[in-house]
Amino acid sequence: MIIRRVLIANRGEIAVRLIRSCRSLGIETVLAASEADLEALPARLADRTICVGGARPAQSYLDIEAIVAAALATKADAVHPGYGFLSENQRFAARCRAAGLIFIGPTEAQLDAVGDKLKARHHAVEAGLPVVPGGAVGSGEEAMDRAREIGFPILVKAVGGGGGRGMKLVQDPFKLAEIAALAMAEADAAFGDSRIYLERFVTSGRHVEVQLLGDGQQVVHLGDRDCSIQRRYQKLLEEAPAPNLPDSLRAAMRQAAVAFGRHLGYRGLGTVEFLVDCQRQEFYFLEMNARIQVEHPVTEAITGLDLVAEQIAVAEGRPLRLTQDQVVFTGHAIECRINAEDWQRDFHPSPGTVRTAVFPAGPGIRVDTHIEAGSAVPPFYDSMLAKIIVHGADRADCLARLRGALANCRVDGVATNTAMHQALLGQAEFAAGGVDTTYFARFLEQVGQNG
Amino acid sequence: MHLTDDDIQDILRLLDTSFVNELHLKTEHFSLTLRRSGGEAGGWTQETHNTAPPKLVGGTAKPAAATDGRAAAAATPEPEGSLAVRAPMIGTFYRAPKPGALPFVEVGETVTEGTVVGIVEAMKLMNSVYAGAAGVITEICTADGQFVEQDHVLMRLRAEPA
Repeated sequence: MIIRRVLIANRGEIAVRLIRSCRSLGIETVLAASEADLEALPARLADRTICVGGARPAQSYLDIEAIVAAALATKADAVHPGYGFLSENQRFAARCRAAGLIFIGPTEAQLDAVGDKLKARHHAVEAGLPVVPGGAVGSGEEAMDRAREIGFPILVKAVGGGGGRGMKLVQDPFKLAEIAALAMAEADAAFGDSRIYLERFVTSGRHVEVQLLGDGQQVVHLGDRDCSIQRRYQKLLEEAPAPNLPDSLRAAMRQAAVAFGRHLGYRGLGTVEFLVDCQRQEFYFLEMNARIQVEHPVTEAITGLDLVAEQIAVAEGRPLRLTQDQVVFTGHAIECRINAEDWQRDFHPSPGTVRTAVFPAGPGIRVDTHIEAGSAVPPFYDSMLAKIIVHGADRADCLARLRGALANCRVDGVATNTAMHQALLGQAEFAAGGVDTTYFARFLEQVGQNG
Repeated sequence: MHLTDDDIQDILRLLDTSFVNELHLKTEHFSLTLRRSGGEAGGWTQETHNTAPPKLVGGTAKPAAATDGRAAAAATPEPEGSLAVRAPMIGTFYRAPKPGALPFVEVGETVTEGTVVGIVEAMKLMNSVYAGAAGVITEICTADGQFVEQDHVLMRLRAEPA
């Protein structure tokens, strides 16, 4: 089926980006917007805009019935959920199908398979992917046996716990029996369940992910991305390809991601996230994101593809338009997320009205944003204002261009984290490439900003 | 009129080799300013403005402001001996750490300067609200889940030296 009209069930920069791709494909767009976003840039760019409810996400962007009703009222053929909000919501996908709308994303079964961490881990093991070694034990001796298989350091968790409660790190094998016994006693007292779970502790890890594209039969990978620059699990800067990764490890990860996609018979865009254990030079499956991701432009930069166009093509039921051999990687790309956060005041959010919005322009520079002078930054949604994406011949060239691009970025009226990115680019360790996930907190401490 | 990123790159290629330092392009619903950057970094900057009015379906639009029972910041001075605990930012006020949990504080409770008395959620981030002074809570002025402006009075306390 050919998609002629798409309801865009999202806001901000991704809504603008989706509208741009639809326009170049000759697809009409209807924007589903909340009351707070009716005057925003996506509403000005869309062919039409329909109000789906109040400013709070629960009253609009998360309201399944309101979104489906908007799609039916405007006679859309399909719904693009973007990222966040309803993008990985199985009930929403089912509701779209029941209403005769194409949900631009994977099948409900695939959303179910990867929506829950335990289920996803189970599928990963079935598909032959490595996961963080670990297992439940019931006694001190069992713990020793299991620990020998896993290797030290080891994290001891209470099976009944969660959110980091009752976790202990064991560095010294001779202390395991004692700590395991103590952990079991504590777990019994705290949760009424003395079982503990041992897991390999990765002292130094990198977050590397592989972009997949599938049509339900064939699956290709579109390369990897490194997203190790994070604060409280929020990504701030991403790059493609992942720098300073041994070729064999990179190839194995890409292969593993494709194997996972094939195992699921995956349709659409998806990302398989891995934890790279820097010391052991191994990797483990973490989870799969079954949607387009914020950081997709770095992959577009190095592959020359329009991922949204490919996503729409497979949603129409067409087979993949390219084979693995036809995916060619050129140069290096980095994306900086410009957020309305005062990084010098503990990343205090800064909603308000943008007075000035000047962005860089030039060869290799792409800016994805919904912000112009006069734009409102409502307090109801996340704080991302823009993504500055820079493509260079290699990483050094990319970094040089990125420094220039950030210097030409000026947003006033709300606080931004642009200077944080500039400070980060000035660090030798970051410039060398391949920092782990603990690096960013150390960087903040070093420059005197507590994360 | 709509310009793509590629269009802008094409224009810049032409400008780059010229003596032009600034280009303004204005159509009925769109304006673009390209400027040669004066700074050390060189390069160009872009500034766009889309003035096309949104084409609303059904015209169901309501003004975005003043919905959600947004509470305005109070301007009345505090009575003698009473201190106001104010919202540190615009956002949604919560009295408890999570739905169903006990509130951080109740009227009559003794607090110190650093006691967390509530949360204001803004841009998907939870921000602690501190009592700000030692004393006893005398009044809770804002209901759980209410949307508040910055500096809105959330509760009052009677200052007492710790």
